[in-house]
Amino acid sequence: MRSTGTHHRHRRRSTDRSTQAIVLSLPAALVVGLLFVVPLALLVWMSMTDWPLLGEPSFVGLAQYDAILDDPLFLDAIWFTLRYTLITTVLLTAVALGLALLVQQTRFGSGFLRTAFFLPAAMGLAVASLLWFALYSNEVGPLSDLLATLGLVDEPVNWLGTPDGALWSTVLMVIWRFAGFYMIILLTGLQAIPDQVYEAARIDGAGWWRTFTGITVPLLRPTLALVLVLSVTGSLLAFEQFYVLTGGGPDNSTVTVVSTIFRQAFTLFDLSWAAAMSVVVLIALVLANIVQLSLIRKGDES
Amino acid sequence: MRENTFGHRLGAVLAAALLTTACTSGDVGDADAETGQTLTLWTRAATEAQTRAFVDTYNDLGRNTVELTVVPNDTYLQQVATAAGGRSLPDLLGADVVYARNFIRHGFYTDLGDRLAETDLLDELAPAHLDAATADGAQYAVPHTLDLSLIFYNKVLYREAGLDPERPPTSLPEMMEHAEAISALGDGISGTYFGGNCPGCLLFTLWPMVWADGGEILTPDGTASAMDSETIGPILQTYRDAYAEGLAPESAAQENGISWLQPFAQGTVGVAPLGSTMLRLMPEHEGLEIGVAPIRGMDGGESTFVGGDVLGITATSTKTAAAWDFLSWTLTEDVQREVLTSGGDVSVRTDIAPTDGTDPHLRTFHQVVDLGRVPTAVNFGATFNDPQGPWLQFARAAIFGPDPVDTTIAEHRPRLDSALDVAG
Repeated sequence: MRSTGTHHRHRRRSTDRSTQAIVLSLPAALVVGLLFVVPLALLVWMSMTDWPLLGEPSFVGLAQYDAILDDPLFLDAIWFTLRYTLITTVLLTAVALGLALLVQQTRFGSGFLRTAFFLPAAMGLAVASLLWFALYSNEVGPLSDLLATLGLVDEPVNWLGTPDGALWSTVLMVIWRFAGFYMIILLTGLQAIPDQVYEAARIDGAGWWRTFTGITVPLLRPTLALVLVLSVTGSLLAFEQFYVLTGGGPDNSTVTVVSTIFRQAFTLFDLSWAAAMSVVVLIALVLANIVQLSLIRKGDES
Repeated sequence: MRENTFGHRLGAVLAAALLTTACTSGDVGDADAETGQTLTLWTRAATEAQTRAFVDTYNDLGRNTVELTVVPNDTYLQQVATAAGGRSLPDLLGADVVYARNFIRHGFYTDLGDRLAETDLLDELAPAHLDAATADGAQYAVPHTLDLSLIFYNKVLYREAGLDPERPPTSLPEMMEHAEAISALGDGISGTYFGGNCPGCLLFTLWPMVWADGGEILTPDGTASAMDSETIGPILQTYRDAYAEGLAPESAAQENGISWLQPFAQGTVGVAPLGSTMLRLMPEHEGLEIGVAPIRGMDGGESTFVGGDVLGITATSTKTAAAWDFLSWTLTEDVQREVLTSGGDVSVRTDIAPTDGTDPHLRTFHQVVDLGRVPTAVNFGATFNDPQGPWLQFARAAIFGPDPVDTTIAEHRPRLDSALDVAG
């Protein structure tokens, strides 16, 4: 009898607790549902209809997805975006790690340097792009004059006028804008590495490079992984920097995937095609992140 | 107290709902009054000076209040699309005349045919613009401003180069000869200039050269390209040679339209086709004395691109009577004189002819407007104005690319055709 009573009471308490849990999580569920699930469902529905700006949509099934694969601009944009992602991620991670190592030790001036490197990250990406657009302009910008005064170039540099120039000028701006932000993330990772480990390495007679490859990098791996995921995802979704700096030019050489979605929706008024493109990009991003995270986990186990 | 408030609110909501129903079902409700309304009007930045002058003059009358929103040219389509998707279009919507067909196709505008039929306006307004805003016999918008492409030349530089400042070029090859003479002045002076990375600038200035000698750009229904190596070929070749010879500054290849008129306004460019509405924006100075002349073709024919904007009432507006009050007012003879011609712009009415006292530039504008064309195509924006569209790729390949012009035309024409094809 007694045990049954306890059991009963226990069960009632656990029922109470789970009801309580459901009630407590309701607001969060509601927010996720309203802000994520509903728009996502709407997006998928939109991609399978012919969706006019004014008037009633009509169901067309997967026809839009078929058409996307025949769009050369979208396919070229995929390759360009992948290329940009690779370049940006490698360079950005390297520069950010370099900066983090530079300001890792607390010594005279390191606080100032940390702040200086981080400052660009406090600026909106569109604003930063506009700033650099002016810097790159040979009419009003000082960059070409500066290089000429230093004797590095003979004539004004055509920053954004050639396909390669446009890509690398944008990469340079993006590194300037994001390196400080990733530096801070890496710095927290660096400072979590116990001093004793470094001391032990020093006692064992390890040089700087040996310490870096043998201790810093392995122990920094989770932080580096975070930086990689952020950089890859951000670069795959690149839009503002190219919209402002190059407008996709010259000769469509810097059109990113998101640019084509934007063009399809807002220049060509083709909302359902843009929705289908977005679904494709979403699936690709989810897959990319699954791959990256599983690689990181695999590394953790070994 | 709480319940009381709730009751009040419920009552208010119900009353509002009833009112809305009454207004939409009734023929004449308060919301459809001709006066006492606040109207919203959107226009792109290119037309700001003219539209603002209309709006300010109208608001002073006290009949209705028009609230003007000016949208940057490059983002106009995006803003309109977003507003249409959210059912929040303004009452009055301006459109670059070449976009009119597309806006009509998306159902943005309401038919003005019956209201126009009660006036004599249809006989008096610029026919090319009226035509561009017509679909299936319905008239969806009316001319708002005209922007004509013409040759602008700097008389100061003409004199310095030993050219006669009263003799503008009479053919495209002659324009480039003048440009060559002026280029020879050196010292940062260029013979000519053009928007080599600006799809709108290129079509606005190059197409009249094709029309001038009887060529066509588009098929009559605007669903395919009619360009070939005989019509546009020699024109693109002339520009290609001119750029290769350095008659235009190197930066012309990157000019995306933002600073298109700057070099000419500064007085460092000899002769170039530009737009009539830019005249207001370029005050003359020591180094700049402006002459205007019709755009000429290879053989010396004249033509112009009749650009500019049309204005219509949106299909979602609930204040059509008041909106029509504004629209019809802008088209009256007195207002056209007061707002447009007195400021140096061409009237959208064909019955306002220049008189002896008319400014000579405006006189030239009037002279070319009858020769001009408004090309129309449903997919005009996507094909020609879009920086990612096929026209800019084509024109840039022809002027700056490695292949000969003929090869480029043959290669790019199918892309233009498929972009223009409405069914595809």
